[in-house]
Amino acid sequence: MSIGKSLAHDSAALHVRGEARYTDDIPLPAGALHLAFGLSTCAHGDITAIDLDAVRAAPGVIGVYAQADWPEMPDCSPSAHDEPLLAVDQVHYLGQPVFLVAATSHLAARKAARLGRITYAERPALLTVDQALAANSRFEQGPVIWAKGDASTAIANAPFQLDGSFEVGGQEHFYLEGQVAAALPLEGGDMHVYSSTQHPTEIQHKVAHALHVPMHAVRVEVRRMGGGFGGKESQGNALAIACALVARATGRACKMRYDRDDDMMITGKRHDLKIRYRVGHDAEGRILGLEFTHLVRCGWAQDLSLPVADRAMLHSDNCYHLPHIRIESHRLKTNTQSATAYRGFGGPQGMIGIERVMDHVAHATARPQLEVRRVNFYASMDQAGAPQQSTPFHMPVEDFIGHELVAALETSADYRARRAEIAAWNATSPILKRGIALTPVKFGISFTLTFLNQAGALVHVYQDGSIHLNHGGTEMGQGLNQKVAQVAASVFGVPMEVVKITPTDTGKVPNTSATAASSGSDLNGMAVQAACETIRARMADFVAQKFSVDAKSVRFAGGQVKVAGEAFAFAQVAAWVYQGRVSLSSTGFYATPKITWDRVKGSGRPFLYFAYGAAVTEVVIDTLTGENRILRADLLHDTGTSLNPSLDIGQVEGAYVQGAGWLTTEELVWDEKGDLRTHAPSTYKIPSCSDRPRVFNVALWDKPNREATVGKSKAVGEPPFMLGISAFFALSDAVAACGDGSVYPALDAPATPERVLMAVQRQHDV
Amino acid sequence: MTKVAFLLNGTPICIEGQPPTRTLLDYLRETQGLCGTKEGCNEGDCGACTVMVTDDAGVRALNACILFLPQLDGKAVRTVEGISGPSGQMHPVQTAMVEHHGSQCGFCTPGFVVSMAVAHANGQTDHDTTLAGNLCRCTGYAPIIRAAQAAEAKVVPAWMITDAARLAAMGHDGGLVSAVEFRPTTTAQLAGWYLANPNATLIAGATDVGLWVTKQLRDLTQIAFLNAIADLKGIETAGDQITIGAGTTITDLLEAMRPVHPSFAELLRRYASVQVRNAATIGGNIANGSPIADAPPALIAMGARLTLQQGDTRRDIALEDFFVAYRKQDRRPGEFVHSVTIPTAAPSLRCYKLSKRFDQDISAVCGCFNITVKAGKVTSARIAFGGMAGTPKRALTVEAALMGQAWNLPAITAAMALFGTDYQPLSDMRATGEYRLQTAKNMLVRYFHDLAGAPVSVLEVQS
Repeated sequence: MSIGKSLAHDSAALHVRGEARYTDDIPLPAGALHLAFGLSTCAHGDITAIDLDAVRAAPGVIGVYAQADWPEMPDCSPSAHDEPLLAVDQVHYLGQPVFLVAATSHLAARKAARLGRITYAERPALLTVDQALAANSRFEQGPVIWAKGDASTAIANAPFQLDGSFEVGGQEHFYLEGQVAAALPLEGGDMHVYSSTQHPTEIQHKVAHALHVPMHAVRVEVRRMGGGFGGKESQGNALAIACALVARATGRACKMRYDRDDDMMITGKRHDLKIRYRVGHDAEGRILGLEFTHLVRCGWAQDLSLPVADRAMLHSDNCYHLPHIRIESHRLKTNTQSATAYRGFGGPQGMIGIERVMDHVAHATARPQLEVRRVNFYASMDQAGAPQQSTPFHMPVEDFIGHELVAALETSADYRARRAEIAAWNATSPILKRGIALTPVKFGISFTLTFLNQAGALVHVYQDGSIHLNHGGTEMGQGLNQKVAQVAASVFGVPMEVVKITPTDTGKVPNTSATAASSGSDLNGMAVQAACETIRARMADFVAQKFSVDAKSVRFAGGQVKVAGEAFAFAQVAAWVYQGRVSLSSTGFYATPKITWDRVKGSGRPFLYFAYGAAVTEVVIDTLTGENRILRADLLHDTGTSLNPSLDIGQVEGAYVQGAGWLTTEELVWDEKGDLRTHAPSTYKIPSCSDRPRVFNVALWDKPNREATVGKSKAVGEPPFMLGISAFFALSDAVAACGDGSVYPALDAPATPERVLMAVQRQHDV
Repeated sequence: MTKVAFLLNGTPICIEGQPPTRTLLDYLRETQGLCGTKEGCNEGDCGACTVMVTDDAGVRALNACILFLPQLDGKAVRTVEGISGPSGQMHPVQTAMVEHHGSQCGFCTPGFVVSMAVAHANGQTDHDTTLAGNLCRCTGYAPIIRAAQAAEAKVVPAWMITDAARLAAMGHDGGLVSAVEFRPTTTAQLAGWYLANPNATLIAGATDVGLWVTKQLRDLTQIAFLNAIADLKGIETAGDQITIGAGTTITDLLEAMRPVHPSFAELLRRYASVQVRNAATIGGNIANGSPIADAPPALIAMGARLTLQQGDTRRDIALEDFFVAYRKQDRRPGEFVHSVTIPTAAPSLRCYKLSKRFDQDISAVCGCFNITVKAGKVTSARIAFGGMAGTPKRALTVEAALMGQAWNLPAITAAMALFGTDYQPLSDMRATGEYRLQTAKNMLVRYFHDLAGAPVSVLEVQS
């Protein structure tokens, strides 16, 4: 059985030799063109003149396109038809594509794109959530409000009340491979598109729409991405559409890749938001009533903002039972990049809100943070295994393992003793202070848009016994292909090298969902398993008949097929089945069971199950500068029965560092004109090597998923990202150590050195 | 148009007809079809384009995205494709990266592999430093470090140590003069040519000028490449003075400063990344005139003298006097930075760099303190900051307030208030002006505790 083995990433040997081929590495036919956008330099305004003469005259330029060239401007939006490929009459953010250049080289296209002269009549730009709220600039008619119980009364009747608000910054994906697409014109107006996308079907759909052809005329292929993290769910549409349009217009292959600065100026990022909260609690820190207001900055276009903001609401409980809660979510439209999917899809933003409440209540009650978290935990299942409590959206919590998991981590991380040791150390250290925090994670698994929870696969067994594997998921580094190949190899009982992983291709598996929501292996693993089982059943039937035994007695293991006391090579059996004129090819399909969701009411079962985890982070801060370090992290994360523990640990470690980066060094700064000033790695700081925890203990909680998922595993892509929240509250703990307990640290995120120092000063100002 | 000869993965090649500002990265990917080397940022900040370069000075890692072809003349380049053996054998760092799950999306991996192979060849095991110039967004770095550690004890493969001998055998005359491009091999050649062509661009490491080309998309019409000028490089100690040639790389300077000025060395260790320090020169860092350059505040705090050369004439000025105003220096037409001279002793020098990220970040504030206390009184004080004004600048008012005073917290607290007289820092994406001013004040407090031996650095705390 290859399921459950810690095999290396299927492309590891190619990666380390520089042989793994990414979209920009694909050789194109002679005469291929390279595209670049000319960008708006104004955050909001009317276009009064477009002068592209200098662009046209620039060396190497073959074509220049603006709104007048495409009267029916193609749309790039994944949701609302509100993202014209090029600005039409108005610009809505600084960095919006206004015109398109096609030239003989990437550099020539970039140079020419700087030569456009666009004149604007500027309009007032809404840049902040407060400005947008005041102007009632929003998506949907008004705020989305979900409630359970009677929060207002519960808060009023509680022994204690507190309120607060804080800001949570966005996050640039910083996939190492920027956005890129290429289009090759085929006969009869058909188009072959290569795209670095998490969502090939969306690319196919948008390109077909732009070209006015049926989807069958467009084939989209994705071998791998150099990182996605949600940033390639919808943000690649513009490049693919641009390439396809120019390829059709010129008959030449076209490629477009954003230079890093352009990528960061054009594309959406994680939604930043402001969270307000009002809490009623008791002396032990038990939350009796809670009201949240989310002011979510969505940017200029709708993109995926509605489901992102929904998921923020859906994770406002995290691991805590909140009998009386009201959540009000404003999806605010601003003149900034259109915020988009990013690992966790709003979940991290919702979760940090409730963790902030726990931290604040613990401070207010002077109770240990972990104890306050614990008294609010969901109850475990009753003795019959039935759920006792439900989420704010009325979904019974059937699988809560927070108590056991947190207890195990508390012990393995030596949390209590270290807390005491840190307090003693801080008492003797006037300049440097340490802090520690344990935060849990409960993350819902399934797309909240229920129909997306489906997947297809296509498997061929060739007459030599080799196996061609294809499915709808895309590889962005997470090891999806390897996990799914392990499933296939296990079904056929063959070694891994027999199974060939092939590029995702809309011509092989149609109507795929984005590889997103951590769903890749859950959905595609099951679809592949179904396809493989279909073929295996045919093979078993064939040999059973040949040897006059019951098909149920046929076994596939060790590269052999065991039948009637004899063992035959898998390849031998494949040849027999082929010669017997039985199909060795099958599709497979999977649709997630049990889920129902009414997003208007905020009620139902949007998730098949929850994935859990917890983290302890220890930090040190410098009270003179606010500089800070993660000293140690202990992570315990629930993967169900892991399909591949090494790949899962890789996801957990990487997600933690990325999550901690979101809340510490990664700061996006726009100036008063709406110009993003942090648009390159020189100014936007993702964690570097030495920022990882020096002591980094990572373990998997590997009890089987109670739901019937592939191999009883759990999704792992997004949930561990939120383990990084523990770093933020460890910083809060260190700041609190600077004061006398009377002032709550009230850190905003990201906790840059500057924000930490300001928080320290508030402690000293008492 | 340029003519450049170098070894590429062991094979001699000679390039003609390329613009002198063609980057190695574009040449590798677009002309040679060697697509293993990746473009992640095109500005030398992510390391996805890291290549190994060998010359007389040894083996080092450089960013191909801001490396112009003429800079490679007479050198040997190995890309990730050349890190594997000629028959496809895996290098030990490649094997370790596979075994330790060091790649996920794989896009940063070639750059990591090359950086690791260079460190491996040089016997370097401070992986946090050698890999600070390589960004990974997937793994969280832990498995990459495990891989680097696992490969430490493995023998350097034979094919990795053939370049130096092949280079020697290849022979190379060096030097080149054309209308647009000049590659002098002596300081005298440079001085004469630059006097005649004072509007030309001087390129030493190209770690800043590289971005003029890759990001600002400027066309440079006349260039002198300085990296072949042997007599502009080097560090010499005479009496109580150390003279550093302008062409000395930050890497070489860092090594030389470790024993004499350890706090300055630690500041240089946080100067960009290995790849950038291997290219960037101290002359470039000064001549560039950036208000946030890392070396000038430390040099000014030490009382550095700058030697400038114009034609055959040299002059000597205090380094702080070179920086006249924002991006304006006291540099005459055709004049270039020749060397900088610092004292051998500055035991009280402490350098504090403040940035959002510790490694490979640009300073929000860089404060350097050099105060001498005798019998409890301040007898000399030099304080210089980067990031606080339009130039690297001394805190003259604060220095004056401290002079002759008792060295204690009340005197320091009184002097702290005067930073606002010396500096009115701006707000930008790195920090607000208020934060810069506050931390400048606080750094004086830190300095007091630091000299007293109290722990003041979060980098030295362990769990």
